[in-house]
Amino acid sequence: MTRERIVNAFLWLALLVVPLAAAQMGQPYIVSLATKVVILALAATGLNLALGLGGMVSFGHAAFFGVGGYAAGILMNHATTGAALPFGLSGTNQMIALWLAALVASGLAALVIGALSLRTSGVYFIMITLAFAQMFYYFAISWPAYGGEDGLSLFVRSQFLGVNTFDPLNFFLICFALLSLALLLSATLARSRFGIALQATRQNPQRVEALGIRPYRLRLTAFVISGMITGLAGALYADLNRFVSPAMLDWHLSGEIIVFVILGGMGRLMGPIAGAALFIVMEHKLGGISEYWKALLGLLLLGVVLFARGGIIGLLAGKLRHV
Amino acid sequence: MFEPILDIRNISKSFGALRASDDVSLTLHPGEIHALIGPNGAGKSTLIRQIVGEYRHDAGEIWFAGQEIGALDAPARARLGLARTFQVSSILAEFSVLQNVVMAVQGASGKIFRFFRPALGDPALTEPARAHIDHAGLQGRESVTAADLSHGERRKLEIAMALALSPRAFLLDEPMAGMGPEGSKQLTEILRELKQQAPILLIEHDMDAVFALADRVSVLVYGRIIATGTVAEIRANPEVQTAYLGDDAA
Repeated sequence: MTRERIVNAFLWLALLVVPLAAAQMGQPYIVSLATKVVILALAATGLNLALGLGGMVSFGHAAFFGVGGYAAGILMNHATTGAALPFGLSGTNQMIALWLAALVASGLAALVIGALSLRTSGVYFIMITLAFAQMFYYFAISWPAYGGEDGLSLFVRSQFLGVNTFDPLNFFLICFALLSLALLLSATLARSRFGIALQATRQNPQRVEALGIRPYRLRLTAFVISGMITGLAGALYADLNRFVSPAMLDWHLSGEIIVFVILGGMGRLMGPIAGAALFIVMEHKLGGISEYWKALLGLLLLGVVLFARGGIIGLLAGKLRHV
Repeated sequence: MFEPILDIRNISKSFGALRASDDVSLTLHPGEIHALIGPNGAGKSTLIRQIVGEYRHDAGEIWFAGQEIGALDAPARARLGLARTFQVSSILAEFSVLQNVVMAVQGASGKIFRFFRPALGDPALTEPARAHIDHAGLQGRESVTAADLSHGERRKLEIAMALALSPRAFLLDEPMAGMGPEGSKQLTEILRELKQQAPILLIEHDMDAVFALADRVSVLVYGRIIATGTVAEIRANPEVQTAYLGDDAA
């Protein structure tokens, strides 16, 4: 555990120091690249709760990412146009309100999807979560009010208290703070009664039932928390790009979030961060050399699955210990 | 005689044409060890699975602690105080011994949806867990990962988890399976102590253990109970001898 803590602290610091240094050296592009890493890592931190702790292989987490993104995007769009929303809501470009909207919307989506999908397991669970996410995707494509297939451009960046959010470093720090909070929450959950029971359910559901506990409600609760964290990441992603589109709901993205988790180390606190960082760095460095860079990623993933189940964190910090 | 804690009345269960349980009646009384023996494929484990609620019986009634439990699912029956161990050790392999038993204490407490306080820092969980670990003979092994335990230690871990449920009855499915002679002897002692906590329905192949421990024995053959009685009665029963015990045990 101590070794893993050192690795975790180092990764966390590196993720903070690199953009700080880049901003000093006048490299705003690096700062927004780091912001992208942070946001995708947040999305994967959400999935890691369901996948890593709970053993739920959700192939539909793009749905929550996209729902969070659209929730924020639609509110910002209405803040610009001034058009009214149903239920007496109005548009806003205050980040805190947008985050809350994204959390609520993605939480509801996760509740519905989870309640139905978790009645199945194994390959059926994978397929049903995928099918739900694709439903959201096709709905977004065919819904012209918010851009349909073309997506929805947002003309402002939303506001956070008195901070100048157009400064890339400020926006990075906001995202980084949220990621840190999510990591703190994950670490706390993993050690709590709930987290212990969730991990027990992943290991041996029959045993858990014999101890008087129904796995379904545990899994559903974890799935909803997981979807909400990924949804919050979606709202930040909308703000980062000032754009939301159906691509945020696409199954490619669900796959990429899974790749971040597996590459970094399933069930490891900082696994999603390591995975997302490596992915983005590879995309940035190798993507410039050849558009076939993902072939290399595929090889890497194959290596991790065959030889290093603990992912990057496993390689750096050794086997997972629970005490 | 006391009221039985567990009272199985005429239950039947078929899988297609196979009658796994055929009009089985069985009682477990406070303070006793009731052994259920029978050849492989007699339907012993199927019977256990109906009692704990993993399988639904086709006909008959299961009364436990004064209540008909036939309609309850497995977690609900466990919460009523039915603690089982498995024929093949069923543990949480990635967890430490302590975490396994803490998990069992949690299950018994019913307080699972607590999200913030570390479970292993909560004496309400760890203190009883350590006591059960000691009781099952695993003291000093608390921080070992369950996957690294020896076979015999896993069986003991299962017993510690069963103890944590503060059960009103134990259902032990072949606890001696795969144990060496030394381990069996040790476990026999532990079971004798366990009986002080709650009565035991014991499925076991190890005849030495059965004859040493059991207050009553029932013999299950092809899904039917052909005899129930004391150890002496069962040993003397000619039907049992031909069906099961064979010449060498007579």
